[in-house]
Amino acid sequence: MVAPVAARHRLTIRSIDADPRATAFCAGARHLGLPPIDGLSVADLVFVDGQLSAEELGRLHGVLVDPLLQRGSWELPSTAGVEITRQPGVTDSDADAVRHLARQLDISISAAATGTRVEFPPDTDPATADEVIARLVANPIIERWVDGTIEPHHPEGAAAPTTHQTVAIRGLDAAGLDRLNVERALYLDPEELTVIRDHFEVVGRDPTDVEIETLAQTWSEHCAHKTFRAIIEATGGPDGPVTVEPLMSQLRNCTEQLAAPFVRSAFVGNAGVVEFTKGTTIALKAETHNHPSAVEPFGGANTGVGGVIRDVLGIAHRPIAVTDILCFGPADLPLGELPDGALHPSRIREGVIAGVADYGNKIGLPTVAGAVLYDPAYTTNPLVFAGCIGTAASRPLHDGPNKGDRVVLLGGATGRDGIRGATFSSATMDATTGEVAGASVQIGDPIVEKLLIDTLVGAEDLYTAITDCGAGGLSSAIGEMAEAIGADVELDLVPRKYPGLAPWEVWLSEAQERMVVAVPPRSLGALEHRCRRIGVDIADLGEFTGDGRLVVRSGGVVVADLDTAFLHDGRPQRRMSAALPSPNRSEPTGRTVDDPIAALLALLAHPNIASKAATIHRYDHEIRGTTVVRPLIGAAGDGPADGVVLAEPAAKTGIAIGIGVNPWFGLHDPEAMAFAVVDEAMRNVVAVGADPDRVALLDNFSWGDPRRESTLGELVAAVEGCCAAAFMYGAPFVSGKDSLNNEYVGSDGARHAVPPTLVITAVAHVPDADRCVTPDLAGPGNALVLLGPTSTEFAGSHLDFVVGAPKQRGVAPAPDPDAPDRYRNLHAAMQAGLVVSCHDVSEGGLAVALAEMCIAGRLGARIHSLTHDDVATALFAESMGRLVVEVEPTSLPAFNRVMHDQVHLIGEVTESGALELAGIGDIAVSDLADAFNSAAEIGDGAVGGSR
Amino acid sequence: MSRPRAVVIAGPGTNRDHDAVQALELAGADARTVLASELVDRPNLLGDTQIVVVAGGFSYADSLGAGRMLALDLIIGLGDRLQEFVGAGRPLIGICNGFQVLTRTSLLPGALGHNAQGRFDCRWVVLDTVPRSKCVWTAGIDDPLHCPIAHGEGRFVHPDPDSLAEAGQIALRYRSTNPNGSVADIAGVCDSSGVVLGLMPHPENHIVRRQHPHHRRGGGGPRHLGLRLFENGVRHAKAS
Repeated sequence: MVAPVAARHRLTIRSIDADPRATAFCAGARHLGLPPIDGLSVADLVFVDGQLSAEELGRLHGVLVDPLLQRGSWELPSTAGVEITRQPGVTDSDADAVRHLARQLDISISAAATGTRVEFPPDTDPATADEVIARLVANPIIERWVDGTIEPHHPEGAAAPTTHQTVAIRGLDAAGLDRLNVERALYLDPEELTVIRDHFEVVGRDPTDVEIETLAQTWSEHCAHKTFRAIIEATGGPDGPVTVEPLMSQLRNCTEQLAAPFVRSAFVGNAGVVEFTKGTTIALKAETHNHPSAVEPFGGANTGVGGVIRDVLGIAHRPIAVTDILCFGPADLPLGELPDGALHPSRIREGVIAGVADYGNKIGLPTVAGAVLYDPAYTTNPLVFAGCIGTAASRPLHDGPNKGDRVVLLGGATGRDGIRGATFSSATMDATTGEVAGASVQIGDPIVEKLLIDTLVGAEDLYTAITDCGAGGLSSAIGEMAEAIGADVELDLVPRKYPGLAPWEVWLSEAQERMVVAVPPRSLGALEHRCRRIGVDIADLGEFTGDGRLVVRSGGVVVADLDTAFLHDGRPQRRMSAALPSPNRSEPTGRTVDDPIAALLALLAHPNIASKAATIHRYDHEIRGTTVVRPLIGAAGDGPADGVVLAEPAAKTGIAIGIGVNPWFGLHDPEAMAFAVVDEAMRNVVAVGADPDRVALLDNFSWGDPRRESTLGELVAAVEGCCAAAFMYGAPFVSGKDSLNNEYVGSDGARHAVPPTLVITAVAHVPDADRCVTPDLAGPGNALVLLGPTSTEFAGSHLDFVVGAPKQRGVAPAPDPDAPDRYRNLHAAMQAGLVVSCHDVSEGGLAVALAEMCIAGRLGARIHSLTHDDVATALFAESMGRLVVEVEPTSLPAFNRVMHDQVHLIGEVTESGALELAGIGDIAVSDLADAFNSAAEIGDGAVGGSR
Repeated sequence: MSRPRAVVIAGPGTNRDHDAVQALELAGADARTVLASELVDRPNLLGDTQIVVVAGGFSYADSLGAGRMLALDLIIGLGDRLQEFVGAGRPLIGICNGFQVLTRTSLLPGALGHNAQGRFDCRWVVLDTVPRSKCVWTAGIDDPLHCPIAHGEGRFVHPDPDSLAEAGQIALRYRSTNPNGSVADIAGVCDSSGVVLGLMPHPENHIVRRQHPHHRRGGGGPRHLGLRLFENGVRHAKAS
């Protein structure tokens, strides 16, 4: 243990009643099959450095300890325990709060830190204690711990070169370029390095580290989407080898050809923008934050949400709601089967959900739509998709920056957050190790971002351009804004969290909660006043010059001077090869289900279908008072809604959000999968009352390594499916994001890739928010109608998960060309008030859809006729384009007319309290609900990021 | 007096001020959000204000205990001005984080600890008003009120809840389900004068029928609106 620093005081705070964290750790240990640790206790630690009098310590104690809830002591604990603190450099907002309260109490302190103390019951063996700390309590990426009493470090300790360096690239041969690529972890292609070398040979000097890092960021897969912009030679298709148009162009062209009247901005800027009703525009964006969430689930998901909210803020809209789609490994994975170095799926799940909840709840946005998927392939590659939508009064999009505008940075201070940790991996000193960790992962501060929203919403006339600091930090934010116009900025003016940052670190830091705006000099004073009032840091870094050069200074010295034309257009287009998949579409294979009722109950209890209540209730989905259709609905509030609807309390119209995702179809037919998830997203919004002719789509691809020809082929096929579906439904894509290389190399050298995972988010116009529809059955005697044809399509079906899959999987669900008209007619029927309840048919087929409607309404249903003579197909096939609708008998003729008689009457709603399947059997609705809710508390037993 | 003036106090991280302003406006007040720091700079604002709301959210991110930092800001920045405000019989309400703040000042009894089940919870609850309560915000409301909760530290703790009941300071109780382990199912308490109410649930998120999760199934309705609390506050402000 390190010797205590002079004048360091530590307060140990214990809860009087049971500390919920202790309960969670014990449950978590049980969940992982570790020996019981009941009796474990948890305490909070507050460290303050300074010469403090007893009276001052007393006043601190008075604020930090609530006598009705806690006991606090400035004495060192006498008992044994393990103590944890944040690594130096990792965001610790509790420590900020300690400094704030010391200021308020007029007590002078030199430093503050916080920590956690865990005391195990005396009979706990050390191995178990270590396991509990490592598996459940702490994460070495952001925290360190010791047996006994800990001494926090402060990052001031670790200094770094604060000057720039020259990187010798001129004259390097291929091998030399490759060495440089590895040394600086640039992750550039050989062709790209060659172009950079040649560029500087022409310029007649070597680049600085700031310049080379700027190029590496701007040309990175993440920022440049090299794969989506690549020229692809595809083989294996019906017409032999073909050259495929770049994937991004395909999606863009598709949107341009659709020419939907409501699209205001697509595929440019931070988010797509649509205008469904005159006077109000909606911004929508979804992002992925996969790798960070695998390393530090809480921080990764936390900053993923923060980032996508900034995307919406970064196109001058007020964020109004958040969505999340999460993919995890099996929560019950035996510890023995967990690959080395990977966190357990239940730990990842708990951290991710806590991270999403923490950011969304604290920033004050309802987290409404989403999905949680489980598959063994996600064990080492968890996926986190976070989405955000925002609204604004219609106004021309900002068209700056203009020559002479100031380059203004708003929000949080800059540290080493998010700088590639690998760069520091040679460092070994304790404090520096902390820097490394702090560098490789980020922890969000939602309150700072909340203040950014308060500052920027309503200030739209004070700036001419805005963007958020995401990947690449200032280098990409200012670099993108300076494209064609140029900028000249001074890094010394960037507010720092701590000293010792090298210029390129400041330039590349991905520190969270920062925005860059281009501000005309005349508006600067007004913006500064706004920032002061609300409490947001503002820094004027320089100006947009108009000379087309990106000039970066540090202490007046030029550390980068790049031609923005080269920076943005100099990258050679990547050429790639793809092997297209050849899915089976001609030979369907059926299924035999001996006990359909057992299969239905098993499906309802399957983690992918079962209730997500344990997650949903941890998200504030009520704030702003706009949530009209919630993720959970019905008589007992435990029925799954299709989409959600948001509407201002006094407004007539609303906004529907729907999600489509099905990686299991993708394993068999990526193109059909893409079509199916667009269709599912469409049905989710139509089912709640949205207008199918006013829908905008977002695409988010999480794929394996595209350099593998088969993987790229699946991506090509999926994009084709996306475009075909968009054309058929007349629903344009307005924004998208791809996350590739979601692979993990095990200690055995084997590669584990995620299944082709495409998330489609549909955002749609709801003409009448008082006429929304939900899946809960409402009226005994009402007719139940199935819309859409059912075929023997089982490849990737969930039935295969619960009864086992045959060798020949058969075909994945095929597109239904009649679906668009079906949805239009259904919408007309809803507007005419002819629909009582409605539910889409997806995972688990018709049987699960009916069961969920019974659960939601706590009513029975008698199904007298099925629409396919094969029972397994009728009940469990997952054919797309289908919905179940409840209609009052008196409305049935009118409904049939509106639907042009394209309906199958399959049964009626009853008070029998059972789902009766003619010729098959009856199941009590209570049994259905029990199966569906059996997994509802799986959230317990895992441990949340407590901050 | 036509429309009383209402101030919604927000600290850094307060996020339901917008919702509270909407509720007050609908209830007949002229409401606006005022940052705690602005109020500290211009405390005389309270002079021509008839209703004060300390809104919900995560002031200072709940760091070091929900509400403590904002409470400290108000105690040090405003001194006794909030006491004087309620001393003059003007209504003050603290919702969720605002409730947590007011228990850390001397204005409301008890404290709010971590939910018994150990996590943030968002769901709709039914609240019974307590007939013998002296609370002006719930006076005359006999119907149960429906509104959502959304908190992680809402477990009301008090050494002697019976004495609170005796004194008529228990204003609201959770019906059937106690979502956080609060002592005696207490959802809301008032001060000894009855003009200060603190509650964890969010009446400001049930001000129109459409917000009720069962509105399509005939649930909710005007008698169960959270708006009624704000209408009471406005009525009292007009009377006083």
